[in-house]
Amino acid sequence: MKPVFQYTKGMTEVSTSYCPGCTHGVAHRLIMETLDEMGLLGKTIGVAPIGCSVVAHQFMNVDMCESAHGRAPAVASGIRRVHPDKVVFTYQGDGDLASIGMGEIMHAAARGEKFSTFFINNCIYGMTGGQMAPTTLIGQRSTTCVDGRTREQAGMPLKMCEILSTLDGPAYIERVALCDPANIRKAKKAVRKAFETLLSGKGFTFVEFLSICPTNWGLTPPKAMEWLKENMMPYYPLGVYREPEVQ
Amino acid sequence: MPKKQFRVVFKRERCKGCELCKAFCPKKLIEMDTQVNAKGYCPARMTDQTQCIGCQSCALVCPDGAIEIYEEE
Repeated sequence: MKPVFQYTKGMTEVSTSYCPGCTHGVAHRLIMETLDEMGLLGKTIGVAPIGCSVVAHQFMNVDMCESAHGRAPAVASGIRRVHPDKVVFTYQGDGDLASIGMGEIMHAAARGEKFSTFFINNCIYGMTGGQMAPTTLIGQRSTTCVDGRTREQAGMPLKMCEILSTLDGPAYIERVALCDPANIRKAKKAVRKAFETLLSGKGFTFVEFLSICPTNWGLTPPKAMEWLKENMMPYYPLGVYREPEVQ
Repeated sequence: MPKKQFRVVFKRERCKGCELCKAFCPKKLIEMDTQVNAKGYCPARMTDQTQCIGCQSCALVCPDGAIEIYEEE
């Protein structure tokens, strides 16, 4: 029998600790498949965040470093400067990157540090039990906004791709969604472009994945995919926010 | 040209029964087992392998790497 689709060597055999249907598993696989296809597994260093993906280093079959809350871009900057021959990436959630780590990501992007950031936006704090995140949508319920987020109390959700695209540092910024097979294929192309742009030495690359959190949204995984399309995609438009310059 | 035959293999112990593969199968060939696996989830299984068109939708949406697809030779 000829294999058509197999689980990538870039992932370890350990079963992930994520809830059923969580798209962290899909995002992990897309990144690791791309590294495997590009032959980079042996020269990549990843930086794991705090959040549900705090133990990503157990699932990703590359050298990994754990960072404190939101500090992954600072740790990755250091690693890349000491090891300029390595491919460095950070993998961060919305609570980690858009809240406590806002300073780190903004300055790493502004400096144009040569690493990639993969940002998982699921509109909620997953690991701590579904509290309001900076990316929680207006009207969305969470355990700290039980009647839904309001603009008066919490302001508008942060759009990280748009914010980062105001800076001169980043070489490539794209937002993709993990909501159906077609969009997952597009997401993989974005991951590949992020690593290719990084390898060409153009600088910081950033990919935002719109993801689902079925457990904290209180929906079944297929319904959560629908919710993502109906609610998240209008507020967080998909697309390329910074195209790498052609030389 | 003869029709290509595909075999979808579910790794029963990796599956967490999220039903995403079932939802996205264009031919609706996937169902959930009534027997639980060691983790306590009802894993996915194929109803009719011969109808599979090899589109890989199930494997692409599977967050747990529980699905492998082979082409029969």
